[in-house]
Amino acid sequence: MKKIFTLIKDTLLSQMVTLWGVFMKLFDRKDTVEYPDEQPYMFPRWRGRIILSRDPDGEERCVACNLCAVACPVDCIALQKAEMEDGRWYPEFFRINFSRCIMCGFCEEACPTNAIQLTPDFEMAEYVRQDMVWEKEDLLIDGTGKYHDYNYYRIAGMQIKGKDKGEARNEAAPVDVRSLMP
Amino acid sequence: MNLDIGSGLTIALILGVVIMVSALLITVERRLLGFWQERLGPNRVGWGGSLQVVADMIKIFTKEDWVPPFADRFSFVMAPAIIMTVILLSFAVVPFAPNIGVIDSNIGILFILAMASLGAYSVMLGGLSSDNKYALLGSLRAAAQMVSYEVFMGISLLGVVALSGSFNLRDIVAAQEGLWFVIPQFIGFVIFLIAGVAESHRLPFDIPEAEQEICAGYHTEYSGMKFGMFFVGEYLGLVLVSSLITVLFFGGWHGPDFLPPVLCFALKSIVFIAFFILLRAAIPRPRYDQLMTYGWLFLLPLSLINLLVTGAIILL
Amino acid sequence: MTVLFYLAGSIAVIATLAVIVQTNIVHALLYLILSLLSVAVVFYVLGAPFAAVLEAIVYAGAIMVLFLFVIMMLNLGQHTREQERGWLLPREFAMPALLAAILLGQLLTVISGTDHVIHYQRVGVLEVSALLFGPYVLAVELASILLLAGLVSAYHLAKKQ
Repeated sequence: MKKIFTLIKDTLLSQMVTLWGVFMKLFDRKDTVEYPDEQPYMFPRWRGRIILSRDPDGEERCVACNLCAVACPVDCIALQKAEMEDGRWYPEFFRINFSRCIMCGFCEEACPTNAIQLTPDFEMAEYVRQDMVWEKEDLLIDGTGKYHDYNYYRIAGMQIKGKDKGEARNEAAPVDVRSLMP
Repeated sequence: MNLDIGSGLTIALILGVVIMVSALLITVERRLLGFWQERLGPNRVGWGGSLQVVADMIKIFTKEDWVPPFADRFSFVMAPAIIMTVILLSFAVVPFAPNIGVIDSNIGILFILAMASLGAYSVMLGGLSSDNKYALLGSLRAAAQMVSYEVFMGISLLGVVALSGSFNLRDIVAAQEGLWFVIPQFIGFVIFLIAGVAESHRLPFDIPEAEQEICAGYHTEYSGMKFGMFFVGEYLGLVLVSSLITVLFFGGWHGPDFLPPVLCFALKSIVFIAFFILLRAAIPRPRYDQLMTYGWLFLLPLSLINLLVTGAIILL
Repeated sequence: MTVLFYLAGSIAVIATLAVIVQTNIVHALLYLILSLLSVAVVFYVLGAPFAAVLEAIVYAGAIMVLFLFVIMMLNLGQHTREQERGWLLPREFAMPALLAAILLGQLLTVISGTDHVIHYQRVGVLEVSALLFGPYVLAVELASILLLAGLVSAYHLAKKQ
């Protein structure tokens, strides 16, 4: 008898409660964002289209260290290092195959100079698959991206023309190992 | 222009309206499911998504109508035609209004039960001729489910038949002039509702086509218009069960005087169609053995007791 | 009505013949269903709508579904078609055909003695049930006891040990 009672309770009462609850959803506010007519709010840290940023002086931030290409789990980044006369390193070419990219953001985490960054833009559909391969001139933007003050060559101890060792911000002068003075 | 039982115009009108309503249900169901899941549903084609059905129809008509080379061609082509024919034939005995209907048959309920039992062939042949293991599993499930639930469907209707003293659906509606049969036959109504869902194998009892377990069940191999016929056949079954509930338990065309009878009938049926869509939105699918146990060990005794009590009350 | 009767009757005969000669077992079963349905039409034309609908519900709708169910479980493929073809050779057919011909001859002689007018007498649900629960109530009860015995034994077989 108790079994039958619980059966009725389970089959009828609980289903009725469910039906009523779902029916009342009719009057709730809908969660749908009608996308092309209405742009969804994209969070600043959204991982979308990848860009290459410049430092505050307007120079390329990328030093062609290849860490992003190593970190990339789908191997969609390809680049080649080159060197300017003043000693700065830069990528001779920088190529991202967005048809392989999974927007994981590992390249951004790996980048030592904040050069490669992911933006909240996701509208990247193309009709031709080859158009999904972006070259450096497509990736490079004029601004600093998410990190406005960072300038690698002013902070790092790397020697370039016009800035010798020890001249970087917060950098002590190099120790002269041949000197006997403390 | 004479609208009478069995006139050519009436038959054409009923056929057209029934098929149109079933086709429209494709859109209405998607829209309502959307609302009940806090979405909007398809609202792009036409005004508020009203032309979605046209888009779906164009899509389904222009798809490749493919018969797998390993299939049994004869049965494969027959199967979707059977379900459409059988359910459309069932509408022949449904009384829509005092003067609207196809035939005034004195074996109406039995005819509907016969057609429902023939409908099982559609799903069984569809699955068997596809020569696909998922299709075969689906049609095995369909056969067991439909054969068992026909039993309770028939027995739950016998209370109504006993109260009205006739198998004729028009007499049954006439007998509900004062009191709708849902009040004296509430248990019969609940059993018929459950059995109706199982007979038209809609969610939550869509075990023969359970997408998550067996692909699409018996219509795994179907495409194009053949799939469309299964699809529309399911909605036709939904409309049929809703109108049957209206006729048998909710007084058919009876209603307030200012409404025309056919509108009363349509409104009641629409409420039940919406209720079936709500069932789909809310209730999860039971397991196959749960469905069978529930049917044989709970619904069958309940419907028999209901019939016994009804008979006793009539005799006293 | 007479045209309908003869049409349905000949469909029944042709479909039943097709059941015998068909090598694909599913098609044979479909012909059997067709034959049962046309017999139902014959019943209806002769004025027995209740019998017609019961024929459709019980035979075409329930028993044949179980037949089809069993065929699904058996997984019969191409090899059964060849087996069936072997069984349909003329020498295998001679004896049954002879016996059937004798039976047909008997049937024809019996029928030729009676008048050929079809009596369309309507027998409704009420008349059938009045007969079943009047003079034949004992037979109905016996049949239901038989069914009950079948039900109990099926339950016993299906019960978990």
